[in-house]
Amino acid sequence: MPGLGTSFGRGGATTAQQDLANADCILIEGSSMAEAHPVGFRWVMKAKERGATIIHVDPRFSRTSALADIWIPIRAGSDIAFLGALVRHIIENELFFREYVVHYTNASCILRDDYGDPEDRADGYFSGWNEDARNYSMQSWQYKGEGLSFPERDLTLQDSQCVFQKLKRHFARYTPEMVEKVCGISPALFYKVADTLVKASGPDKTAAICYAVGWTQHSKGVQIIRTASILQLLLGNIGRPGGGILALRGHASIQGSTDIPTLYDILPGYLPMPRGGEEETLQQYLDAHTPKTGLWSNTPSYFISLLKAYYGKHATAENNFGYNWLPKLTADHSFFEYLYDMADGKMEGMFLIGQNSAVGAPNSRLQRKSMAKLKWFVIRDMVETEPARFWRDSAEIERGELKTEEIETEVFFFPAAGHAEKEGAFTNTQRLLQWREKAVDPPGDCRSDAWFIHQLALRLIGKARAARDPIDEPLRALDWWYPEDRFGEPKMEAVLAEINGWKTPVAAATDRGSIEGVLFGGVDREGNHHHEAQIDGYEELKNDGSTACGCWIYSGVFSRDGVNKANSRKSRDYLGHGWGFSWPSDRRIIYNRASARPGGEPWSERKKLVWWDSGNWTGIDVPDFKKDKPPDYEPQNQERGLDGQRGDAPFILHEDGLGWLYVPKGLQDGPMPTHYEPLESPVHNALYSRDTNPVVNWFTRAENRFAPPGDPRFPFVLTTYRLTEHHTGGGMSRFLSHLSELQPEMFVEVSPELDEPEWQNHPSSRGSVSFWRSGPVTRQCCQ
Amino acid sequence: MSRSWKVRRSPATSFPVVCRAVLLFLIGLSNRRPNLVCRRIYTPNSHLPAHRMAEDFRAVTARRAKCGETMIGEGTQSTNQRRHNYVQENVEVGFFTGPTVCIGCKACEVACKEWNEVPDDGFTWIGNSYDNTGRLGASTWRHVLFLEQDCQKGNQITGLMGLSDAQSEDPFRWIFLSDVCKHCEEAGCLEACPTGSIVRTEVGSVFVQNDVCNGCGYCVVSCPFGVIDRRPQPLPDAGGAFKCTFCYDRQKSGLVPACAKVCPTESIVFGRLDDLRARASQRVEQLKQSGYEDAQLYDPQETSVRGIHAFFLILGEPEAYGLPPKPQVPTIYLKSAWTSALLTSIAALIAVLGAFLFFG
Repeated sequence: MPGLGTSFGRGGATTAQQDLANADCILIEGSSMAEAHPVGFRWVMKAKERGATIIHVDPRFSRTSALADIWIPIRAGSDIAFLGALVRHIIENELFFREYVVHYTNASCILRDDYGDPEDRADGYFSGWNEDARNYSMQSWQYKGEGLSFPERDLTLQDSQCVFQKLKRHFARYTPEMVEKVCGISPALFYKVADTLVKASGPDKTAAICYAVGWTQHSKGVQIIRTASILQLLLGNIGRPGGGILALRGHASIQGSTDIPTLYDILPGYLPMPRGGEEETLQQYLDAHTPKTGLWSNTPSYFISLLKAYYGKHATAENNFGYNWLPKLTADHSFFEYLYDMADGKMEGMFLIGQNSAVGAPNSRLQRKSMAKLKWFVIRDMVETEPARFWRDSAEIERGELKTEEIETEVFFFPAAGHAEKEGAFTNTQRLLQWREKAVDPPGDCRSDAWFIHQLALRLIGKARAARDPIDEPLRALDWWYPEDRFGEPKMEAVLAEINGWKTPVAAATDRGSIEGVLFGGVDREGNHHHEAQIDGYEELKNDGSTACGCWIYSGVFSRDGVNKANSRKSRDYLGHGWGFSWPSDRRIIYNRASARPGGEPWSERKKLVWWDSGNWTGIDVPDFKKDKPPDYEPQNQERGLDGQRGDAPFILHEDGLGWLYVPKGLQDGPMPTHYEPLESPVHNALYSRDTNPVVNWFTRAENRFAPPGDPRFPFVLTTYRLTEHHTGGGMSRFLSHLSELQPEMFVEVSPELDEPEWQNHPSSRGSVSFWRSGPVTRQCCQ
Repeated sequence: MSRSWKVRRSPATSFPVVCRAVLLFLIGLSNRRPNLVCRRIYTPNSHLPAHRMAEDFRAVTARRAKCGETMIGEGTQSTNQRRHNYVQENVEVGFFTGPTVCIGCKACEVACKEWNEVPDDGFTWIGNSYDNTGRLGASTWRHVLFLEQDCQKGNQITGLMGLSDAQSEDPFRWIFLSDVCKHCEEAGCLEACPTGSIVRTEVGSVFVQNDVCNGCGYCVVSCPFGVIDRRPQPLPDAGGAFKCTFCYDRQKSGLVPACAKVCPTESIVFGRLDDLRARASQRVEQLKQSGYEDAQLYDPQETSVRGIHAFFLILGEPEAYGLPPKPQVPTIYLKSAWTSALLTSIAALIAVLGAFLFFG
């Protein structure tokens, strides 16, 4: 998400899958879209039938490659070298969309004089590197002058300190010959892709890029996405029909679980989690995260409304809206950190919900062995998955590394309801919220995850109230109001209403239930007046505590009219307006101001989407722009909020309103993408003396060793991939006979020349995988 | 649902068998092969479990139509999603299946098995490309073929292969195609069935009434495509003959067959046979212009099957897909078979009589 978020402003796909049908070229890389997203692939096939060229770049010839017009075999992990070379090709040969680049991107912004590029010494480090702390000080990466809001610009792109010139120099050595050396792609093939992409971009044409976890799960995944973003900005393909970057998410609702995060370091709506020490007070937090211009200048409204949703009437201006109750970040608590805490016995218990870390997570052996160190372990799933039975049936028990009688972990296995047995919303890959109604009651004691969390919260809050311990104050302050049905299931539409946001109660209810647009009459579980009417969008949020909102970017999904828009099923146009709700504000293609010329008229009749028409922005999609801001508007460099942005600045979440070819803030590993080898690459970096991404935390320890680049013991790259027939860890597919009979066993595909019997056992530095059978399933080569 | 299967051999059923044998003999002599069961016959969906029969799909259809619910982004343009009255209007329907947009996802196989409650038939890793299903059979009514061939697919560039100015690697292509019962105009299975279990429906499809089938297996050897088969033990309903029903139960309620409904790329298209044939020839022309020189239709209308209701667009020769280039209904051999039998018996009679005369 930081890849798209820092490039354009929002951490979500810029387009909708249906819109792929309008593309003139689709580049799929880091994804086997036909296998992992077969339903979305219909739009790729529609584009192909209309004459678009489909390009698939992948080490493996997959079902996607079979349907593509061009398959480019690439060495795993060399994507930045390939995409960077495309960037260089476009810049060197003046093939970029000049008017778009000059007006809509930060190509013209002037950088500070002390900015240093990895090219300077070809060592792979940007300026500001601190060897002891192993991180960058990002001061020198800023624009010249103060802040990001009103940058100095050179619209001729000639200034030697401007972003465009820096970008040109940064990628100067990413030549087709270098691509052949690093990626194994011949110059002829490279030029074929470059020509196809360039021919399919411009005022009358657009090209789209699709990627999935083949990029994001790299140690430099963010920067691969950044390179694609630079490419699309240079070609003028963002915010336009048939263009954009489609982030194909790895699981159902994975977009939803970053929007309303299951991550430890962000809060709903991409608000940063407060950091301990630096952000001890609300004012410190707001000062640190409120820029002068752009949509984020309203951070106080978004954040205080979130606190009001959490703590309800307990959050007041006097107690800083309960800011002190919110946990603060003191350390890294990402996946590997807490795994090690678990392995070291520092973590007592764990809830495992909707995940199968004994199968799907890296180093599954360490995962299972760490589970044995827990005191208690709660698993919720539809079937008894591997984590639920690690203590009696696992490879470690078989090998004698764990003994059932010695494991002290108390394992609680809760039967969970399937997706057809509960209601709620999914947010799919294109930011689209779709409501799902319950089709059948779950069998036996199976309950939804919402029921579990709700009932757990009720019990914890009850205990906290009884104990009166000061440490439990945050629990007692929670506004846990959700109405229930007769089975104790919380009403999910009540949760959605809270996510949408409402006006907080002004007085005790007099005519309960009569206020238009108030869900369930604004009444909580006990029948007390709880809130006023729901709001219509995040524009209505206030920083004085008069509104509450669970996730500002979703606001509008369940507004004053009382219609659950996620549950609407009448699509009115090809973009699907009227079917579900696409955040933000039902915009299907975001940054769509860029679909019009700087003057406001569409780039071409064929590619028109949003345009300026007699004093208003209008068009096929909901304009992602201030509705009445004229295209020639120019700020006086002191305005705040959206008024501080120009009338031709489509990327309204950025302070300067521009698409970022160069990221002056928000990334830890460099403002521009640089090719590093993957952590366990069999070869050294051909471009820089530094092999791997310098800021990566290797998480090395005895049970989790890595083979550094060039290790002669591990000369081959083994990658995993998704099959259409199975889903994620397999909890939902391996136990279904009709899916399982289609792919009943694990197998490995190897190049015919490597098909030797010893390949039956595949060791890495952490463990080994054995297969019942080995051999090429299909005869395509893996590089 | 599991019903025990009983092979019935009562006098009541053997009488029609004899009658049909005589009828077949007469037809064989005349070399005319009309469908033995007239069209527009009402076929009860008694093969369905009770709860399915109870469901009124028409009500569901009406409700959804009233709400104006459509597919996202597509309105009602897609023929695969449209509701219809083909059964009520006696319109001939068909499947048009093509490999150029098929992504080999096997959703058709799964949807078919789910809807029709076809049991799984073994967890065997065959490793023949991505195919672990094998072939069409009593428990596989849709089967996705995975073909690996040493030639180019259209103008596809795979690695260096296909680039005009580069050293060519070995050509290679990977093709997926969903195979199904062809629902022949002159159906071998239907003509061979001695019990009348196999009938022709209003929409032109061939339907096996499993409560009438006695499991004789004549249809199995009579199918020119090797589609229909008897279900082996220990699967439910073992012994009876099964094949694609064209989702006749769904069609009666105005729904398209399950496989076409779920096909994400509309590689399987369901619709009026005449529409589909027009669409198919247009598609072949379009493909030929865009470089698929070996694109052709597989729709044998010149042979004795006289056309099929599930026809295919194929790249290359039909043999590679396991499709016979000239499928024939076995009953065309009836005339010569019965004639030679007659001649043989006359010769035998003469020989016997001659023997009596000679030795008498």
